[in-house]
Amino acid sequence: MTTLYRLLKYAAILLWSAFVLAPFMWALSTSFKTSNGVTGGPTYLPWLQYEPSLEGWRSLFRADGSGIDIAGPYGSSVAVTLCASAISLVLGTLAAYGLSRFTYRAGFIRNADITFFFISQRIMPPVVLAIPFFLMLQAFGLLDSEVGLIVVYIALLMPIAVWVMVDFFNNIPRELDETAMLDGCNPFETFWRVILPNSKPGLVVAGLFCIIFGWSDFFFAFTLTFTNTQLLPVAVVALNSSVTPWWSLSAAALISVAPLIAVALVLERYLSRGNLAGAIK
Amino acid sequence: MALITSQLSRRVDGVPYLDNVSCRLERGGFYVVVGPTLSGKTSLLRALAGLDLPDTGAITLDGRDQRKVPVWKRSVSMVYQQFINYPHLSVFDNIAFPLRRRGMGAEEVDRKVRQAAQRVALMPLLDRMPAALSGGQQQRMALARSLAKDDDLLLLDEPLVNLDYKLREQLREEFLSLFAKQDRAIMVYATTEPNEALLFDAEVLVMHEGRLLQSGPAREVYARPANVEVARIFSDPPMNLMQGILHGDEIRIGHAMRLSRPRHFDSLPNGNYTFGIHPGDLAMHGGGIAMQVDLAEINGSETCLHASRDSVNLVLLLAGVHGYVPGDRVEIAIDGFRLFAFAADGKLAVAPSTNQG
Repeated sequence: MTTLYRLLKYAAILLWSAFVLAPFMWALSTSFKTSNGVTGGPTYLPWLQYEPSLEGWRSLFRADGSGIDIAGPYGSSVAVTLCASAISLVLGTLAAYGLSRFTYRAGFIRNADITFFFISQRIMPPVVLAIPFFLMLQAFGLLDSEVGLIVVYIALLMPIAVWVMVDFFNNIPRELDETAMLDGCNPFETFWRVILPNSKPGLVVAGLFCIIFGWSDFFFAFTLTFTNTQLLPVAVVALNSSVTPWWSLSAAALISVAPLIAVALVLERYLSRGNLAGAIK
Repeated sequence: MALITSQLSRRVDGVPYLDNVSCRLERGGFYVVVGPTLSGKTSLLRALAGLDLPDTGAITLDGRDQRKVPVWKRSVSMVYQQFINYPHLSVFDNIAFPLRRRGMGAEEVDRKVRQAAQRVALMPLLDRMPAALSGGQQQRMALARSLAKDDDLLLLDEPLVNLDYKLREQLREEFLSLFAKQDRAIMVYATTEPNEALLFDAEVLVMHEGRLLQSGPAREVYARPANVEVARIFSDPPMNLMQGILHGDEIRIGHAMRLSRPRHFDSLPNGNYTFGIHPGDLAMHGGGIAMQVDLAEINGSETCLHASRDSVNLVLLLAGVHGYVPGDRVEIAIDGFRLFAFAADGKLAVAPSTNQG
């Protein structure tokens, strides 16, 4: 009975892993192919089924028209994503703590309305925001700049941080805040010395979401930049020409997704919320 | 020098959490707030701590208005029913946290933490994290943190509810010795169990629906409950209450029950009363009133017997374990000298003399 259960469990995990990993393996093998390798029917094994080539990878570090120089956009993407995510996380966490612990009243507006206001920013399709963002950045002279993109990304990422953190803080008993205050902490010290040190799992989830959404945005990176600034997703699209270079695109896709995989692997151990739950209740 | 509340009221969404509560808590005193769930015990403690601001009314400590003093500048500690500790700090650092916030030197912190940990038997666990402790250990850690602080006001909100029997006994004794050792702090202990208050032999405040019904020494409140509600709340199991008529030489309860007028009712005018008797004052022997057993609960070494006849329901507390089953016929003797009489408005008219008990 238990043996059968374990057998089925591992079979299911194996099946799902194959399903998830197959596209990556496919991209990996494609990145080492040439035009012949791609069009010659499905092949998987290098040397046996096709002659591997580094052309796909080389084209990412060449700025002579036959490829792109991916290093510049890569650096810009890292800078913009990290800055925007960090600022969003700080502001979003502070806002979320306020919304979770204090009562705000402005006319008919209550805490729940303010929380919804943040989240509603993400309900609108991005196209609606494109023109207002464009005009605003133009007015401040921030079009086609990394700073401009950081500002826009903060507007897009902070709601995610607020959303995740409000939910997280709501699950921390208020009595913990009260005990901290009775023990001599003012509201800011309560947040800084007691709540924040116990919020690692929430901060990790919120940060991860910010990084993922910021890193993979194409739309705003495309509409708000021209020549000076280029982010990774836009640069990758520039690879495309009359003949689709599948090998270059595959290599670019793998390079693009690599940092997210690395971040996820490092932070995975924080993602289980259990390490907090046991301590308070 | 005392903590005084006058006419505290607090409503949340129209529900009265506190309703005109006035009380005086002396320094060095041990007070037990008794009341059923939702009676306002926690609301009172939270108001005293400054965690909730009352809508109206004043709180003064040694004559100083407390309303404007922020929680973190007060000298108050609170132990909650659920175990609240700092999950990211070890047991030692948990107990040391409030001391360090006050800028106490490392040596004194160390001494105070060990002293407090000693009192609640946490010494071997000082390096553990809260997540690695049992519920009882976590509550002891919360208690140790409060003890180490040496505050003016120590609030304990049903601190023993989630603990096992043995630990409760042990910590109760710790509270008593703690109380005996100090003459400066005010200790307020909230509980749903009147027996706990009687055990502590403290001053009690009986609460119900946000109102403070009666305050005074526990034994006195037990012997002379101010009204029917206090009689019901401050007795476990609740006092038996029966509607009846005092007429001439007899007390008539229901159709069939007749008791002769006891001597302590001599000065009571004839009329309608609610008669009460503690479950422990009822006895079973031949010649009593024939009743039928509805339920027999065995609680420790006592048997709690529910019996009824017509519309009269009685609860008896019998020493020892008895094997009654529902449907059994029993004869119950009501000792007239142990009867309370409450007037039509619920107020106590006459209580039995305490010297007889």
